[in-house]
Amino acid sequence: MKLAPIAAMLAVALASPAAFAQKKYDPGANDKEIRVGNTNPYSGPASAYGTIGKAIGAYWKMVNEQGGINGRKVVWISYDDGYSPPKTVEMVRKLVEQDQVLMVFQTLGTPPNTAIQKYMNMKKVPQSFVATGATKWNDPRNFPWTIGWQPNYQTEGRIYAQHILQNNPKAKIGILYQNDDYGKDYLKGMKDGLGDKVSMIVKEVSFEVTDPTVDSQIVQLQASGADTFFNITTPKFAAQAIRKAYDTGWKPTHYLNNVSTSIASVLKPAGFEKSVGLISTQYLKDPADEQWKDDASIKAWRAFMAKYYPEGNVADGSNVYGYTVAQTLHQVLKQSGDNLTRANVMKQAAALKGYRAETMLPGIRITTDAGDFAPIESVQLIRFDGTQWKRFGQIMGK
Amino acid sequence: MSRRQLILNALLLLAACALPLVVSDYRVFQFNLVLVYAIALLGLNLLTGYNGQISLGHGAFYAIGAYCAAILMDKYGVPYWATLPVAGAVCLLAGFLFGLPALRLEGLYLALATFALGVSLPALLKYHHLEKWTGGVQGIVIAKPDPPFGLPINSDQWLYYFTLAVAIVMFVLAWNLLRGRVGRALVAIRDNHIATEAMGVNNAMFKSLAFGVSAMYTGVAGALGAIAIQYVAPDSFNIFLSIVFLVGIVIGGLASISGAIYGALFIQFVPNIADDISKAAPWAIFGIFLLGFVYVMPMGIAGAVRMGLARLQRKAQNK
Repeated sequence: MKLAPIAAMLAVALASPAAFAQKKYDPGANDKEIRVGNTNPYSGPASAYGTIGKAIGAYWKMVNEQGGINGRKVVWISYDDGYSPPKTVEMVRKLVEQDQVLMVFQTLGTPPNTAIQKYMNMKKVPQSFVATGATKWNDPRNFPWTIGWQPNYQTEGRIYAQHILQNNPKAKIGILYQNDDYGKDYLKGMKDGLGDKVSMIVKEVSFEVTDPTVDSQIVQLQASGADTFFNITTPKFAAQAIRKAYDTGWKPTHYLNNVSTSIASVLKPAGFEKSVGLISTQYLKDPADEQWKDDASIKAWRAFMAKYYPEGNVADGSNVYGYTVAQTLHQVLKQSGDNLTRANVMKQAAALKGYRAETMLPGIRITTDAGDFAPIESVQLIRFDGTQWKRFGQIMGK
Repeated sequence: MSRRQLILNALLLLAACALPLVVSDYRVFQFNLVLVYAIALLGLNLLTGYNGQISLGHGAFYAIGAYCAAILMDKYGVPYWATLPVAGAVCLLAGFLFGLPALRLEGLYLALATFALGVSLPALLKYHHLEKWTGGVQGIVIAKPDPPFGLPINSDQWLYYFTLAVAIVMFVLAWNLLRGRVGRALVAIRDNHIATEAMGVNNAMFKSLAFGVSAMYTGVAGALGAIAIQYVAPDSFNIFLSIVFLVGIVIGGLASISGAIYGALFIQFVPNIADDISKAAPWAIFGIFLLGFVYVMPMGIAGAVRMGLARLQRKAQNK
């Protein structure tokens, strides 16, 4: 019978939905390429971070040479916004409306990302894995097209609170914080972490970025009788605070935020002998750290740097950061398969289950779901021993 | 205005009106910014080009205008169009008051004083006692206005037409101001202030007034800019903005009304072109453009256009 083969074909087609699962695309994706947009401060006051955009670009070059993602090449379009929000708006509109990117990835800075958040969510284009530690990116209900990546400041603040509660439940805590969204996010995390023990905080003092020093604040904290110091400062002030806290003979248990863990720009100017015993957190491997000298992932990263980004600085942690966050997006795009719609990319970004890039510290994993847009929520505690940061204790957080 | 000029302006206006209907929304947005910058540059040109007072801090007035609009819309629910007169008035006052003590300062010293204003304003906007209004480092997010009366255009196009209408009003006002007694006094002060004083012109009054009006223009532009961008933050108004404005009026043409438009086109598009040419050193490319323009058109673009037209006319007469 002639009909039999047709019937058989129909039966097969109906039985396997895969045969119907055609490739699905939104603007910015097709059989050959995936267009990913980005803005970075290649010029201006925050241009030190520009290397992240370049490292990510180099990563896609490597991926493309190795055959791309599910056979598609990644087209990386990155513009300079000079850390100026109006410029970010203009450039992101160019990316979405003219360059027709599938998604925007790793736009850098809290003000630039705030400026485009409404637009991205109105246009329903993913604003994925933004490069800022503010907590507000984890708000899937109001902004379902925006997702963070790095541990946010509140998470980190909560982790220090946990550590204090475990190790010194009678601690008297003094807090120094920068009076802006960043400082307040940390402060809120610490208070949330302490919960009903919030009265352990005996003194909070703030400073302005425009203040010349934080010396008087340190004296106030010391006078309050605090024995534990939570230091929420950016590098310049962190160095001042470490030095002053030591010189006045205060010597509290000193928690320093992850923002200022750079040995070169904070601990060295503060003085190594004055920095002994500092406690902080990390989530990525520091390429300048001796203990990772023979680590396979750092070796692979060095080989990547040598081949694809030879002008980049191999002592700069930002280049590990760029490489690692790009791997995360790589995973999301791989998971998206042939369904490269904006909605599916967002869905996959919110469906990472225990994903790990090897350049993250051992034990750190990324887990997201439809209600949890905070990818990295765990960190490793570290303590400075006078020459380098030493990891100690369990992985903290979720 | 001669008849030919009138026809030329009408054609230009027609082109400006037709523009949003033929280009993409993203381009409409860019041209919207061009109009905004043109108003700001016109303001600075009143002060620097016509009156000879150099300001390195006009970004501050732009920021004040922007924050006026954002705070009024965000905190008090004022409609966007109603924020413009307020922003203008606040900046007029701020500029006039700043102009009074600045009168004692001449040339480079005035430039330094305005520079101080420009660098300090972003820090002031972050000041925590003002945070209730300014939103601190976070800034203020505002909503984009929708086209009224159910017009069949999108919000980008509507905002462009709105800005265009404001720009036309501002340009006509400036033209009117400058062609009369006030304009002559301003230019005379620039060219020789002692002689002007001897003629019975109140120098102090006119200089402060120039400062105030100039700040008002820039403030209105700032408010329009904030509405277009839908966001204000201290990082949007760093000192570089003030410098860019100065670049704009010099490249566009000092003491020229049309120069403001050329300058605005330059500061909007040339950095993007430079970024397209070289990712590694966009500002070096920008610098080359700048040198090229200054070298080829020492009178600014407006000056070059004027000379070009004059040459054509001569040729036509000689025939």
